[in-house]
Amino acid sequence: MAEVKTQEFWRWPETNWVNPDIDWKNGKLITAGVDVGSVSTQAVIMVDGELYAYGNTRTGSDSPNSARKGMGFALEKSDIKIDNIDYCIGTGYGRVNVPMAQQSITEISCHARGANFMYGPEVRTVMDMGGQDCKAINVDGRGKVLNFIMNDKCAAGTGRGMEVFADLIRVPVWEIGPRSFQISKQPPVISSTCVVFAKSEVVGLLESGMPENEIMAAYCSAMAHRIMELLNRLGVKEKFVITGGIAKNEGVVKRLEKELGIKTAERVWYKKEYIDRKYPFDTQLAGGIGAALFGQALLKMGNAKSARKA
Amino acid sequence: MIANYGFKDGSGDWYVVIDTDKCNGCGKCQEVCPPRILEVGPDEIDIFREGSVASVKHEERKKVRYSCAPCRPGYGEQPPPCVGACEPKAISHSDGWKRLYGHK
Amino acid sequence: MIVAGIDVGGKNIHIVVKKDGQILGKTTGSTGIKKEEVVGQLYDEVLKKAGLARKDVERVVATGSAAKRVAFANGAIPDVAADAKGVIKLIPSARTVIDVGAEEGRSIKVSPEGKVLDFAINEKCAAGTGTFVEAMSRALEVSVDEMSKISLQSTQTLSINAQCAVFGESEVVSLIHQKTPKRDIARAVMNAIAGRIASVARIVGLEKDVVMVGGMAKNAGFIDSLKKNIEMDVLVPADPDYMGALGAAEAAIAGVYTD
Repeated sequence: MAEVKTQEFWRWPETNWVNPDIDWKNGKLITAGVDVGSVSTQAVIMVDGELYAYGNTRTGSDSPNSARKGMGFALEKSDIKIDNIDYCIGTGYGRVNVPMAQQSITEISCHARGANFMYGPEVRTVMDMGGQDCKAINVDGRGKVLNFIMNDKCAAGTGRGMEVFADLIRVPVWEIGPRSFQISKQPPVISSTCVVFAKSEVVGLLESGMPENEIMAAYCSAMAHRIMELLNRLGVKEKFVITGGIAKNEGVVKRLEKELGIKTAERVWYKKEYIDRKYPFDTQLAGGIGAALFGQALLKMGNAKSARKA
Repeated sequence: MIANYGFKDGSGDWYVVIDTDKCNGCGKCQEVCPPRILEVGPDEIDIFREGSVASVKHEERKKVRYSCAPCRPGYGEQPPPCVGACEPKAISHSDGWKRLYGHK
Repeated sequence: MIVAGIDVGGKNIHIVVKKDGQILGKTTGSTGIKKEEVVGQLYDEVLKKAGLARKDVERVVATGSAAKRVAFANGAIPDVAADAKGVIKLIPSARTVIDVGAEEGRSIKVSPEGKVLDFAINEKCAAGTGTFVEAMSRALEVSVDEMSKISLQSTQTLSINAQCAVFGESEVVSLIHQKTPKRDIARAVMNAIAGRIASVARIVGLEKDVVMVGGMAKNAGFIDSLKKNIEMDVLVPADPDYMGALGAAEAAIAGVYTD
């Protein structure tokens, strides 16, 4: 099982894992994807298209160091070294600053492909909410992008919007989802889209004595509504999956499903062996997995040369 | 592929929409865009596609609301220059400007 | 005839009491949560100071985002109309009025008679409002006044890429970590918001004289950035944050308002 390394109060825990059933030395093509997001960084290593190792860490103030930290964390429990990797692709917000990458590819393409790997070829709509952005992608059966929409300008409907709220009411982000359902009545939704104005609204609600859980419900509903508006511009098709940190927030996910009238796919691996062998399923890995798979495809097609040094 | 470049915030939907299946990479839109927010180059989303496509420059995506406003997308007497110049009709805008500013 | 104009904004209330051509009293206070109460209190205070009672005031006109909360008003006018009326009274040569408060920004094209010809609004997004400046000043750990002053001493130009008050705050924090001088960050903040406001103003056209009102007009650093951006002079009347209330008072005198 994935080991929890550190736990900061308002943040998701950092985790890493190595696949006990693969000996990387027997692998033909070893590729890596490093997804440097504004809030979290994931480094994923795949051997011949199978998930081998990953590290999920918090992004620091510096993209290159965050990439190194994520990669180091991914390599920690294995004897594999960076020099053993054939090709590494950087993606995410900090993709051009990944020191160990040979190439960078946008997170839109990588999330699409990663979601296809994680959830299977029936996926048609992928919604990813990262720390500072939100994107929705329609894909075909091979994980190719058919259309997309993104917002990374406005904090509303991004992970930051939820973190600002968590900091304000002083509740850990991962408690908000469950507690938002422990209410006796549905509160009115927060009317401001803007996180700054929504904060003032929340302060008003706190001062008026509304129970905290109800305030959480109001905020989660507002966020679900924002996401729905973004998704409706694109058109949501089943199988609908959510990647990124927000997938772990039931308070938003369940309300979004209700607004759309579409259920999100269960968060389990498409590959049966992965389920049977109980490999951890972390929705934040989609970008890194997609990047590593692109690396493999580029090498196989002869569009790229192996950078392996050892 | 339909690419929506821009953002959504409390005030509306502000996107430049490019249909890359229709775009032939001719670059006319890039030439006529007054604030120069468009560029033409390899498809960075479909990395295996050959040929060029138009897109909004990365650093401009967060500002499209302001950059496109003077061209009055959706409510001016003339279509914006980029839309006018595009033969395959690959480029268009979301309705943010029409909804918020086109109230005459 | 004694009239009162009451501008209830999201953050602040402004009240002007006028008799014919003369201002008898004016006051401002935080809107807060219990809006009706606060409006009533402030109104009674300013009347008392002027030696008046509520019955002495013949007409009360309200304006602002929370105009409905002035239960005792005879009527209301929209913010843009109030701005136009207030500014034309003081500056007859005004043709473009830019009003940026704590929660909203707007640009208004006005006729010589003070009628609204066209307008564009920047609303529901803190990035185009005084709230943006306040949030950045908190990140810089200075007051808004201090930030305005030091921005005028900036020696190098940088840009803030974030177009959002929340993301902007993080960007400012990183700049501070990189040891960027505060005055240069302050200038970048002023330039950023001036750019957004100028863009919205260009939608209605920038015809001189350009007059800036609302809380932001008191920010000299911002005004400087705005002037440089639009390459035009910007006039700021005294007490620029009272323009809405003044315009509402003028509407009261003219008897032009909706009940």
